[in-house]
Amino acid sequence: MAGIKSLEELKRLKEEALAKRQARTTTGGIQITVGMGTCGIAAGAREAMKAILAVTEEEGLSDIIVRQTGCIGLCEWEPIVEVEIGDQPKVTYGKVTPERARQIMKEHVIGGKEIPEFKIPA
Amino acid sequence: MKEIALHILDIAENSISAGARNITIDIHEDLTRDRLTITITDDGKGMDVAEIARVVDPFVTSRTTRRVGLGIPLLKAAAEACQGGLTIRSAPGQGTTLTVLFQHSHIDRMPLGDLPGTFLTLLIGYPNIHWTFRYRVNNQEFLFDDTPIKQELDGVPLTEPSILAFLRNILEDGISRLQESRGE
Repeated sequence: MAGIKSLEELKRLKEEALAKRQARTTTGGIQITVGMGTCGIAAGAREAMKAILAVTEEEGLSDIIVRQTGCIGLCEWEPIVEVEIGDQPKVTYGKVTPERARQIMKEHVIGGKEIPEFKIPA
Repeated sequence: MKEIALHILDIAENSISAGARNITIDIHEDLTRDRLTITITDDGKGMDVAEIARVVDPFVTSRTTRRVGLGIPLLKAAAEACQGGLTIRSAPGQGTTLTVLFQHSHIDRMPLGDLPGTFLTLLIGYPNIHWTFRYRVNNQEFLFDDTPIKQELDGVPLTEPSILAFLRNILEDGISRLQESRGE
């Protein structure tokens, strides 16, 4: 388990994160959801998730909510990643390889521009 | 699925669907007895005997009551091909314990795979679940219980970049230290 030393480190990290959050204006909330049913997992959803978390870490992105969910019934499009930014409509991306996940993070989540060619056709 | 770690992710998803609040994942590599045992325990709604039969063998009975896919039958077949097996202990209202056993040295046994990746995914993806991860190689143990971390964070999200790095490092270091000890 995380020893006392690492809990002290965690305390410091928490205080730094809180200070940063106070200094920042709110971004309107970003929620990213990864489909993690059997179909999604078999298609590589965990690697998509890891890529999303890696970009969050590398780019120092705060205030991003990352969740996973079960099968949503579009198994042939897995791995599926949904991006919701503020009040904008949810965008659903399909066949999200780790490379696509990185691109979605950089262009859509950070840059604010959807990537139409990765979207699941409505 | 070619990794035990991916199957673990899949089974944990069943525990979530069953409404679990506390999920414990225990992986034991017992090289002395040549056994690899994985146990996943939840406090979800549980299953009666007929439901257990249904999730274990979906081709014999119709699947209409519960959204559980082919993950469990596939894992069971993989374990049985390695001198092992899969058992489920459960009762309505009593939670579920699923145990999978493999002969550790069996040539067909799939690798454990990316355990830190699976644990981090579950921890971040379902922050409202109380997670306990226990990984043992022979009699050495890595135990990760998220309670003290969540208490200390007091609502600061696990996805804050520095917290994410902290969690990833604890999981990766703890698991790789044990894996190095068995000489891989």
